[in-house]
Amino acid sequence: MDDQKKLAIIATKGTLDWAYPPFILASTAAALGYETQIFFTFYGLQMVRKDLSGLKVSPLGNPGMPMKMPFGPKWFRGINWNIPNAIQGIVPGFESLATVLMKQTIKNNGVATIPELRSLCQEADVKFIACQMTVELFGFSHSDFIDGLEYGGAATFFEFAGESDICLFI
Amino acid sequence: MNFDKELDARGLNCPLPILRAKKTLGELAGGQVLKIIATDPGSVKDFAAFAKQTGNELLSTAEAGGEYTFFIKKK
Repeated sequence: MDDQKKLAIIATKGTLDWAYPPFILASTAAALGYETQIFFTFYGLQMVRKDLSGLKVSPLGNPGMPMKMPFGPKWFRGINWNIPNAIQGIVPGFESLATVLMKQTIKNNGVATIPELRSLCQEADVKFIACQMTVELFGFSHSDFIDGLEYGGAATFFEFAGESDICLFI
Repeated sequence: MNFDKELDARGLNCPLPILRAKKTLGELAGGQVLKIIATDPGSVKDFAAFAKQTGNELLSTAEAGGEYTFFIKKK
Protein backbone atom coordinates (compact mmCIF):
# COMPACT_ATOMS: atom_id res chain seq x y z
CA MET A 1 0.00 0.00 0.00
CA ASP A 2 1.79 3.09 -1.27
CA ASP A 3 -0.29 5.66 0.60
CA GLN A 4 0.36 3.99 3.96
CA LYS A 5 1.73 6.47 6.48
CA LYS A 6 5.10 5.78 8.02
CA LEU A 7 6.52 6.49 11.49
CA ALA A 8 10.24 6.29 12.21
CA ILE A 9 11.47 6.41 15.82
CA ILE A 10 14.98 6.52 17.22
CA ALA A 11 15.03 5.16 20.78
CA THR A 12 18.12 6.24 22.70
CA LYS A 13 17.23 6.05 26.39
CA GLY A 14 17.78 3.06 28.65
CA THR A 15 15.49 3.65 31.60
CA LEU A 16 12.11 2.17 32.45
CA ASP A 17 10.25 5.48 32.14
CA TRP A 18 11.82 6.33 28.79
CA ALA A 19 11.07 2.89 27.39
CA TYR A 20 7.39 3.83 27.38
CA PRO A 21 7.16 6.57 24.73
CA PRO A 22 8.70 4.58 21.84
CA PHE A 23 6.65 1.43 22.51
CA ILE A 24 3.38 3.31 23.20
CA LEU A 25 3.70 5.45 20.08
CA ALA A 26 4.84 2.58 17.87
CA SER A 27 2.08 0.20 18.96
CA THR A 28 -0.58 2.89 18.64
CA ALA A 29 0.70 3.99 15.23
CA ALA A 30 0.56 0.39 14.06
CA ALA A 31 -3.04 0.16 15.29
CA LEU A 32 -3.82 3.28 13.27
CA GLY A 33 -2.39 1.69 10.16
CA TYR A 34 1.09 3.20 10.09
CA GLU A 35 4.08 1.22 8.91
CA THR A 36 6.39 1.68 11.89
CA GLN A 37 10.05 1.20 12.58
CA ILE A 38 12.12 1.75 15.74
CA PHE A 39 15.88 2.16 15.57
CA PHE A 40 17.45 1.30 18.94
CA THR A 41 20.79 2.89 19.61
CA PHE A 42 23.05 3.59 22.58
CA TYR A 43 21.13 3.03 25.85
CA GLY A 44 17.96 2.33 23.89
CA LEU A 45 19.43 -1.13 23.26
CA GLN A 46 18.32 -2.03 26.79
CA MET A 47 14.73 -2.08 25.54
CA VAL A 48 15.34 -4.94 23.13
CA ARG A 49 17.37 -7.18 25.39
CA LYS A 50 15.93 -10.55 26.37
CA ASP A 51 16.54 -9.54 29.98
CA LEU A 52 14.72 -6.30 30.71
CA SER A 53 15.85 -6.07 34.33
CA GLY A 54 18.37 -3.42 33.27
CA LEU A 55 15.48 -0.99 32.79
CA LYS A 56 15.20 1.03 35.98
CA VAL A 57 13.83 4.38 36.95
CA SER A 58 16.03 6.89 38.71
CA PRO A 59 14.72 9.79 40.78
CA LEU A 60 18.30 11.05 41.02
CA GLY A 61 18.74 14.29 39.11
CA ASN A 62 15.10 14.03 38.01
CA PRO A 63 13.23 16.81 39.81
CA GLY A 64 10.11 16.26 37.69
CA MET A 65 9.49 12.83 39.12
CA PRO A 66 6.81 12.67 41.83
CA MET A 67 7.83 10.24 44.58
CA LYS A 68 4.63 8.78 45.91
CA MET A 69 3.90 5.47 47.55
CA PRO A 70 1.75 3.03 45.53
CA PHE A 71 0.14 1.51 48.65
CA GLY A 72 -1.56 2.51 51.90
CA PRO A 73 -4.48 4.83 52.56
CA LYS A 74 -5.24 7.69 50.20
CA TRP A 75 -3.72 10.42 52.41
CA PHE A 76 -0.48 8.43 52.56
CA ARG A 77 -0.37 7.87 48.79
CA GLY A 78 -0.79 11.59 48.29
CA ILE A 79 2.45 12.49 50.07
CA ASN A 80 5.29 13.54 47.79
CA TRP A 81 8.50 12.28 49.42
CA ASN A 82 10.89 15.05 48.68
CA ILE A 83 14.20 13.26 49.28
CA PRO A 84 17.29 15.34 48.53
CA ASN A 85 19.58 14.09 45.74
CA ALA A 86 22.51 13.94 48.16
CA ILE A 87 20.67 11.34 50.25
CA GLN A 88 19.39 9.41 47.21
CA GLY A 89 22.94 9.19 45.94
CA ILE A 90 24.41 7.53 49.03
CA VAL A 91 21.62 5.09 49.89
CA PRO A 92 22.50 1.70 48.34
CA GLY A 93 19.68 0.22 46.24
CA PHE A 94 17.78 3.49 46.01
CA GLU A 95 17.16 3.06 42.28
CA SER A 96 16.05 -0.53 42.70
CA LEU A 97 13.58 0.54 45.39
CA ALA A 98 12.28 3.40 43.22
CA THR A 99 11.90 0.91 40.34
CA VAL A 100 9.90 -1.54 42.46
CA LEU A 101 7.62 1.29 43.58
CA MET A 102 7.24 2.57 40.02
CA LYS A 103 6.33 -0.90 38.72
CA GLN A 104 3.66 -1.17 41.42
CA THR A 105 2.31 2.28 40.50
CA ILE A 106 2.20 1.20 36.83
CA LYS A 107 0.26 -1.93 37.80
CA ASN A 108 -2.16 0.02 40.04
CA ASN A 109 -2.97 2.37 37.17
CA GLY A 110 -3.73 -0.27 34.54
CA VAL A 111 -0.73 0.86 32.50
CA ALA A 112 0.84 -1.84 30.35
CA THR A 113 4.23 -3.29 31.25
CA ILE A 114 7.20 -2.84 28.91
CA PRO A 115 7.34 -6.56 27.97
CA GLU A 116 3.62 -6.37 27.15
CA LEU A 117 3.97 -3.25 24.99
CA ARG A 118 7.04 -4.66 23.29
CA SER A 119 5.25 -7.85 22.29
CA LEU A 120 2.21 -5.84 21.15
CA CYS A 121 4.56 -3.94 18.85
CA GLN A 122 6.00 -7.17 17.51
CA GLU A 123 2.56 -8.67 16.95
CA ALA A 124 1.62 -5.53 15.02
CA ASP A 125 4.69 -5.94 12.76
CA VAL A 126 6.59 -2.93 14.08
CA LYS A 127 10.09 -3.37 12.71
CA PHE A 128 12.91 -3.28 15.28
CA ILE A 129 16.42 -2.37 14.20
CA ALA A 130 19.38 -2.37 16.57
CA CYS A 131 22.41 -0.22 15.97
CA GLN A 132 25.25 -2.63 15.26
CA MET A 133 27.91 -0.06 16.19
CA THR A 134 26.56 0.42 19.73
CA VAL A 135 25.98 -3.33 20.14
CA GLU A 136 29.72 -3.73 19.69
CA LEU A 137 30.63 -0.57 21.59
CA PHE A 138 28.85 -1.81 24.71
CA GLY A 139 30.15 -5.36 24.37
CA PHE A 140 26.78 -6.99 23.69
CA SER A 141 26.31 -9.98 21.45
CA HIS A 142 23.32 -10.72 19.25
CA SER A 143 22.29 -13.49 21.64
CA ASP A 144 21.59 -10.83 24.32
CA PHE A 145 18.72 -9.54 22.21
CA ILE A 146 15.24 -10.75 21.36
CA ASP A 147 14.54 -12.61 18.13
CA GLY A 148 13.23 -10.72 15.14
CA LEU A 149 15.68 -7.88 15.56
CA GLU A 150 17.60 -6.61 12.54
CA TYR A 151 21.02 -5.02 12.83
CA GLY A 152 22.15 -2.00 10.88
CA GLY A 153 23.58 1.48 10.97
CA ALA A 154 22.69 5.08 10.26
CA ALA A 155 22.23 4.45 6.54
CA THR A 156 19.71 1.70 7.33
CA PHE A 157 17.79 4.13 9.49
CA PHE A 158 17.63 6.77 6.77
CA GLU A 159 16.42 4.29 4.18
CA PHE A 160 13.10 4.13 6.07
CA ALA A 161 13.16 7.52 7.86
CA GLY A 162 13.65 9.36 4.57
CA GLU A 163 10.29 8.05 3.40
CA SER A 164 8.53 8.60 6.73
CA ASP A 165 5.72 11.02 7.51
CA ILE A 166 6.70 11.34 11.17
CA CYS A 167 10.18 10.96 12.60
CA LEU A 168 10.86 11.08 16.35
CA PHE A 169 14.06 11.09 18.35
CA ILE A 170 13.35 9.78 21.83
CA MET B 1 -27.89 -0.50 20.32
CA ASN B 2 -27.21 -3.85 18.68
CA PHE B 3 -23.66 -5.09 18.62
CA ASP B 4 -21.80 -8.19 17.51
CA LYS B 5 -18.99 -8.29 20.06
CA GLU B 6 -18.16 -6.63 23.36
CA LEU B 7 -14.77 -5.54 24.66
CA ASP B 8 -14.25 -4.89 28.35
CA ALA B 9 -11.40 -2.37 28.58
CA ARG B 10 -12.22 -1.24 32.12
CA GLY B 11 -9.19 -0.52 34.29
CA LEU B 12 -6.89 -0.32 31.26
CA ASN B 13 -4.94 2.80 30.46
CA CYS B 14 -3.53 4.37 27.29
CA PRO B 15 -2.79 2.88 24.78
CA LEU B 16 -4.29 -0.49 25.77
CA PRO B 17 -8.00 0.26 25.10
CA ILE B 18 -7.14 1.31 21.53
CA LEU B 19 -4.82 -1.64 20.94
CA ARG B 20 -7.37 -4.16 22.26
CA ALA B 21 -10.11 -2.50 20.19
CA LYS B 22 -7.99 -2.71 17.05
CA LYS B 23 -7.30 -6.38 17.70
CA THR B 24 -10.94 -7.19 18.45
CA LEU B 25 -12.15 -5.32 15.35
CA GLY B 26 -9.88 -7.64 13.39
CA GLU B 27 -12.09 -10.54 14.45
CA LEU B 28 -15.22 -8.86 13.06
CA ALA B 29 -16.49 -8.65 9.49
CA GLY B 30 -17.11 -5.33 7.72
CA GLY B 31 -20.31 -3.66 8.93
CA GLN B 32 -20.35 -5.48 12.27
CA VAL B 33 -20.44 -3.44 15.48
CA LEU B 34 -18.07 -3.59 18.45
CA LYS B 35 -19.15 -2.33 21.87
CA ILE B 36 -16.31 -1.11 24.09
CA ILE B 37 -16.53 -0.25 27.78
CA ALA B 38 -13.60 1.74 29.21
CA THR B 39 -12.77 3.73 32.33
CA ASP B 40 -9.88 5.79 30.91
CA PRO B 41 -11.16 9.38 30.53
CA GLY B 42 -8.60 9.89 27.75
CA SER B 43 -10.32 7.19 25.71
CA VAL B 44 -13.12 9.60 24.67
CA LYS B 45 -10.83 11.67 22.48
CA ASP B 46 -8.72 8.64 21.58
CA PHE B 47 -11.57 6.57 20.16
CA ALA B 48 -12.79 9.56 18.13
CA ALA B 49 -9.25 9.96 16.75
CA PHE B 50 -8.92 6.22 16.16
CA ALA B 51 -12.18 6.13 14.19
CA LYS B 52 -11.23 9.16 12.12
CA GLN B 53 -7.85 7.74 11.18
CA THR B 54 -8.84 4.14 10.53
CA GLY B 55 -12.14 4.75 8.74
CA ASN B 56 -14.11 2.64 11.23
CA GLU B 57 -17.25 4.53 12.20
CA LEU B 58 -17.77 5.68 15.81
CA LEU B 59 -21.54 5.30 16.12
CA SER B 60 -21.89 6.63 19.66
CA THR B 61 -20.06 7.65 22.83
CA ALA B 62 -21.73 7.68 26.23
CA GLU B 63 -20.58 8.21 29.80
CA ALA B 64 -22.29 6.94 32.93
CA GLY B 65 -20.88 6.52 36.42
CA GLY B 66 -17.25 6.86 35.34
CA GLU B 67 -17.61 4.32 32.53
CA TYR B 68 -17.42 5.18 28.87
CA THR B 69 -19.26 3.14 26.27
CA PHE B 70 -18.38 3.27 22.59
CA PHE B 71 -19.97 1.60 19.59
CA ILE B 72 -17.71 1.25 16.59
CA LYS B 73 -18.78 -0.11 13.22
CA LYS B 74 -16.06 -1.91 11.32
CA LYS B 75 -15.19 -0.50 7.93
